[in-house]
Amino acid sequence: MSTLSFRNVWVEYGNQVVLERINLEIASGTFLSIVGPSGAGKSTFLRLILGQEKPSQGAVLLDGQPFPAEPGPDRGIVFQRYSVFPHLTVLGNVLLGYELAASPFTARLFGSARKDAVEKSRALIEAVGLGSHADKYPSALSGGMQQRLAIAQALAKQPRVLLLDEPFGALDPGTRAQMHALIKPLWHEHKTTIVMVTHDIKEAFGLATRLIALDRPRKDPQAPERFGARITYDLDLTRDSAVPVLGFIRASVHVAQ
Amino acid sequence: MPRAMNVVPNRGSRLLLALLPFLLIALIYVVGSAQRRADNPDDKLLPPVSEMVATSKRLATEPDRRSGDYVLWSDTAASLQRLALGLGISAIIGLTLGLAIGLLPIAGAGFGTLVAVLSMIPPMAVLPVLFIVFGLGELSKVVLIIIGVTPTLVRDLSLEVQNMPREQLIKAQTLGASTWQVAIRVVLPQIMPRLIQGLRLMIGPAFLFLISAEAIASDVGLGYRIFLVRRYLSMDVILPYVVWITLLAYVFDYALVWFGRRVFPWAYAQGSR
Repeated sequence: MSTLSFRNVWVEYGNQVVLERINLEIASGTFLSIVGPSGAGKSTFLRLILGQEKPSQGAVLLDGQPFPAEPGPDRGIVFQRYSVFPHLTVLGNVLLGYELAASPFTARLFGSARKDAVEKSRALIEAVGLGSHADKYPSALSGGMQQRLAIAQALAKQPRVLLLDEPFGALDPGTRAQMHALIKPLWHEHKTTIVMVTHDIKEAFGLATRLIALDRPRKDPQAPERFGARITYDLDLTRDSAVPVLGFIRASVHVAQ
Repeated sequence: MPRAMNVVPNRGSRLLLALLPFLLIALIYVVGSAQRRADNPDDKLLPPVSEMVATSKRLATEPDRRSGDYVLWSDTAASLQRLALGLGISAIIGLTLGLAIGLLPIAGAGFGTLVAVLSMIPPMAVLPVLFIVFGLGELSKVVLIIIGVTPTLVRDLSLEVQNMPREQLIKAQTLGASTWQVAIRVVLPQIMPRLIQGLRLMIGPAFLFLISAEAIASDVGLGYRIFLVRRYLSMDVILPYVVWITLLAYVFDYALVWFGRRVFPWAYAQGSR
């Protein structure tokens, strides 16, 4: 449960501006969806939170504090692919998080400490519906099951923010619907802040409590990379009525009316 | 009539097809040997199979008159010890350096080019240096194998580390792993199957370096024996030794495959990377 703040964040590579003037407060416990066309900086946005990338200007704050520019256990992630370790069983994959925390040198647990960790891992594996597959290797699991495992693995660390990078993009529609049904109760139960990047608009609206769209509002045909992407829509999805608009966009909407 | 590319032999005919070339070679040898013996009863070039079997039996079961050793076994033991030491040490260096170069940008910048250059040194060209520096004992032979095998292993393993999906390394960090923990729990186990593969490919070169070193300066060993009896045109010793060396190499190869499949089942599962 943590708030994330973007304070006037710019990301530039040389002359190429990827993100410009991102100002955003993400309240604790939000399920935030990010949509936008390809190349609008969705992944860059996620990498900023992950710490894989540093803003060229401005700051990203977690609970009001800056965090080191490298991935850490307070920010979990589920990628579209390669999120699980192929050399560990389902149980081993979830157990690894506990082992890493408890034993800095060998990264392995023994005796009763291991027993406790195994118990906690099994509970998580059960929660994502992989109970009967605990001893299988990921290569024996379907794509949906691998993503379930990746979610269980990330939840084991009880991250303050859980990042989902197109987590269900490679799944068939049926499996995707199952994953949607899975993620929502997990989010309620673990009370994490979730930031999800997706291409699936229905998914973005269906799951999230807040949705932002990234796009490049200004375009220079001679220099398409001159202007970066901004937040072009910021929608509050928690109300039952017609979707209200949050943030700076509200002003311009009023003008339009 | 199906296309030739779609004709798949069944188990029995597969075995038969595998044996056929061996039988053919044996047949050609036997006929050739008999032919030469008929022309010249003192021919040494293609000794008959019976003679080779008798010689092998003598080498394996009768102690040498001068030294009292069972020549075949003492040669085999000496060579295998050198080979095992050489390959074992190469594997350890290869894993450590390969992992460091692949995982740590600093190590990659520091050692990457060095290893790339070192791997271009023909090992046989530095053999005299090894003899001068390490003497004519066991050490120089083992070091020759290490010099010949290690650079390839290091490069192969560091590439394997670099080819790992970035996502895995990031995921490990979000699980709280330190660099050391990533190295031993995520990267190391995943490059072990590659090491096995690398070692399989390096068995041939390792034997090449071993036999070369033994041929030049040694008093026991498979390569030493072959080059010793060459002076007497003793094809009845050389040919069985060659067959024996080939068999040993083949058994190693098979053992490595077996070991890999047993210890790293996930790497051989269908649909894995």
